[in-house]
Amino acid sequence: MIPPSFDYEAPTSVKEAVAILGKNPEAKILAGGQSLIALMKLRLASPEVLVDINKIEGLGYIKEDDGWLKIGAMTRESDLDASDLVRKKYPLLADTPRVIADPLVRNLSTLGGNLAHADPANDHPATMLAYGAELVASGPKGERTIPVEDFFTGPFETSLAQDELLTEIRIPAPDGKSGGAYVKMERKVGDFATAAVAAQVKLGNNGVVEQVGIGLTNVGLTPIKATAAEESLRGKEADQAAISEAAQLASEAAEPEEDPRGSVDYKRALVKTLTHRAIKAAVGRAQGGKS
Amino acid sequence: MSNHHISVTVNGAVQEADVDARLLLVHFIREDLNLTGTHIGCDTTHCGACTVLIDGKAIKSCTYFAVQADGAEVSTVEGLAQNGDLHPIQEGFREMHGLQCGFCTPGMMISSVALLEQNPNPTEDEIRWGISGNLCRCTGYVNIVKAVQYASEKMQE
Repeated sequence: MIPPSFDYEAPTSVKEAVAILGKNPEAKILAGGQSLIALMKLRLASPEVLVDINKIEGLGYIKEDDGWLKIGAMTRESDLDASDLVRKKYPLLADTPRVIADPLVRNLSTLGGNLAHADPANDHPATMLAYGAELVASGPKGERTIPVEDFFTGPFETSLAQDELLTEIRIPAPDGKSGGAYVKMERKVGDFATAAVAAQVKLGNNGVVEQVGIGLTNVGLTPIKATAAEESLRGKEADQAAISEAAQLASEAAEPEEDPRGSVDYKRALVKTLTHRAIKAAVGRAQGGKS
Repeated sequence: MSNHHISVTVNGAVQEADVDARLLLVHFIREDLNLTGTHIGCDTTHCGACTVLIDGKAIKSCTYFAVQADGAEVSTVEGLAQNGDLHPIQEGFREMHGLQCGFCTPGMMISSVALLEQNPNPTEDEIRWGISGNLCRCTGYVNIVKAVQYASEKMQE
């Protein structure tokens, strides 16, 4: 399959990329391309201009700075997967790339692309909702920061303006007894989630849940932040009853549709089970000292 | 529509070409360079038959534009054998009967080479994880895993 024709631009700076985007309302950004090129081949996307940001240096990094884990938008999934820092201190983030597509795709696909593409089936959005991440957008007037809760406005739609480029993702550095987990049900390697749940918790010294974030993948038109489930768990000891209640509330927050991966009832039940497992794993990791 | 001059090193030889931006890397390799060992299977980023190395990393060349490879080093299955001697991974597939129809084999071997480069002595689980982006519909993977194990041992001798 051959995609429709397009003009190809390969800027070498963010400023140049933003200028090209500003001049071409029908332009699309080419990051890893593992979703976009596939869509173009199926003619579900036909951008007039493709702005390849792979030649811009300095957009791939993972570093802690000023209380945040800062990740360049062009950081590949394979680099996230290989990062010792991520594995040691950010288990929820470490879990996520391992269940995205397959190793070949992960060598190209990027964290920024996974978020900016805003496919409700993508995995990082739920993870970032659970972390309470911030996204940095670069536009003609400079940078602005977008809380991840305000980023996903609809299926394949975000609050990025046409002339803005997602350049950095910021995750609050965990302190104290923190832990997280991403639990995904997929039919086979490389498939989108039937459903998946991201959970991040911080426990107080008395074992009570001080902070909690829960994000749901592919059970709605956008990724869902399960706020009622979070509220029910906050301030409680994460025992069986409290986790079950949160899991029930998360399944009620899901808005799945029937498709070949399952019925509405099945997916709701799945969200409940996966939320239970994700919280349990997150708490276990928090207690295990993996901050 | 835009045309671009690219310079790509393929299996050690520099290739210069003018390409349409929409030309996929796999078509450039097969049709412009006549290197037909790289296969097109599903053409939808699933099967891995089109796997090549770009600067040492295994990718699916059906989901990558030739213009993106400008300045890069590409390795295909044709580059594995050196001076008529099979690469250990090729020997492994032959000795362990790692193929039946052979359609997935070039991609399987390229992914395996990348895996062994990163992890010279992988466990069976790590091999299966490493080739999980490559589909084989004949073998059930058992002999493919043995072929990679054979190459791993041979390359550590």
